[in-house]
Amino acid sequence: MAEENLKGLMLPVVIGKLLAPLPLFPLQFILSRMVRGIAQRRPEFFARLGSHIDSSYAIDVTELPFVLLLKPNPRNPELTAHRRPDKVASDASIAGPFMELFKVLDGRGDSDAMFFSGNLKVSGNTEAAVCLRYALDDLEGSVIEDLLHMGGPALMPAHLLLQRLRRLEMQA
Amino acid sequence: MNTQAITPNAKPELVCPAGTPAALRAAVDSGADAVYCGLANETNARNFAGLNFTPDLLEQGIAYARGRGTKVLLAVNSFATAPRTQLWFDAVDTAARLGVDAVIVADIGVASYAAEHHPQLRLHLSVQAGASSPEAIRYYCSEFNVKRVVLPRILTVTEIAAIHREIPCEIEAFVFGNIGMMSEGRCSLTNYVTGTSTNMDGVCSPANAVHYMDLPDGSKTAGLGDFEIDCFAAGEHAGYPTICKGRYLSPVRKEPYYAFEEPVSLNLSSLLPDLIAAGVTALKIEGRQRSRSYVQAVVSAYRRAVDDIAAGRWHDLSGLVALTEGGKETQGAFQTKKWR
Ligand code: SF4
Repeated sequence: MAEENLKGLMLPVVIGKLLAPLPLFPLQFILSRMVRGIAQRRPEFFARLGSHIDSSYAIDVTELPFVLLLKPNPRNPELTAHRRPDKVASDASIAGPFMELFKVLDGRGDSDAMFFSGNLKVSGNTEAAVCLRYALDDLEGSVIEDLLHMGGPALMPAHLLLQRLRRLEMQA
Repeated sequence: MNTQAITPNAKPELVCPAGTPAALRAAVDSGADAVYCGLANETNARNFAGLNFTPDLLEQGIAYARGRGTKVLLAVNSFATAPRTQLWFDAVDTAARLGVDAVIVADIGVASYAAEHHPQLRLHLSVQAGASSPEAIRYYCSEFNVKRVVLPRILTVTEIAAIHREIPCEIEAFVFGNIGMMSEGRCSLTNYVTGTSTNMDGVCSPANAVHYMDLPDGSKTAGLGDFEIDCFAAGEHAGYPTICKGRYLSPVRKEPYYAFEEPVSLNLSSLLPDLIAAGVTALKIEGRQRSRSYVQAVVSAYRRAVDDIAAGRWHDLSGLVALTEGGKETQGAFQTKKWR
């Protein structure tokens, strides 16, 4: 069991290391398609952000070699990747380990615990961050599954990775 | 502990928080008898950005709850201020149009409007009205046909039993969740610090006035407006800055101290049989601003407890401590007036 837990913690690090040497350009294309797809499938998420659709959110996943910047205006949603240590200007920023954010996007995270456990660091405009927390909490089901379904059969290996991550997360 | 079964019609209603549609569904699926929610504006006392319901979402929520035998109550429980009173009247009209099971009101003008324009609409008196004497409660009942009072959290169980004997309406009592020190509907701390009124704008510690700061030694401050409300050591759980639960410096004390109240949660699980015996008809769980997994956990636990008590079985709610603020719980004034 301890060995499995260790693997659970290591897997995101391995994913991060594999992504590190890759150029950001193809990733920007994928991220852009992802956020547009979510805007179509989950309009309620963007509606719940209210006036904060015009806020920008830096999402700093500790194990990844880049920081994500989300601009959630549903008319033109943007999700872009930025190399560290470049400074990413944002209204609010959320930083934390891959597994915490994975749980939330997979529909099984507790947003209270997520924001107040200390595992995630929230800074900048607190209202924008709290609003994002409510919007995420109101999302039922797995956003990750939504994304994988949008990708069709080509993303079959990613489905297997998802199952693996879920198992590891539950054992951790 | 009293383990005698209660009669079916004495089984209390479990009234549960729903800050979002997902939380509403979680509460309904976890066994709530009723859920309470608010519209996304100043008409209710949890007016946080990103929380609450549009009329369309409320309509969908009502359909979901009704389909599973759960009632929906709409909180229109902030105080209507001139010249904006129409916003509150519109909320009452929306509640009547959508057919909610009751509207929870605090303001006399809103109660009067509802009684006059929608006499068929059931009215509950919000805790925000601060009605804690039989005389005050009877006034609301006779003037506005209020059917239930949500009692302020300043009364002992013995006092609740005495009030019950003297009023013509049902009693709802808070049993779990956040607890403030002040008499409800009277607290002006947030207003003093931020200019936003808890009672009239519906929000205590508005997030737009909240700021956290990381300090070089790893500690973190939590502030509201121009004030520092708390400072947390590295690794310490950093709570949301609520003024009545802040730690303050004082020239007469060496260490910062909780001047009003410590961050604790109300948990009356061990007093449930006594509350029921005192005449409480509805048990309320606080937490419209909490996550759906929190709602699901607390509602499920209280559902089991109420069912166990009704069946005369022993009930164990010790697991709920994990869901209290900072792992600390209190029975507040319900047990004794000397609780702080
Ligand atoms: S400061 Fe405390 S007592 Fe006052 S409204 Fe807020 S939670 Fe209630």
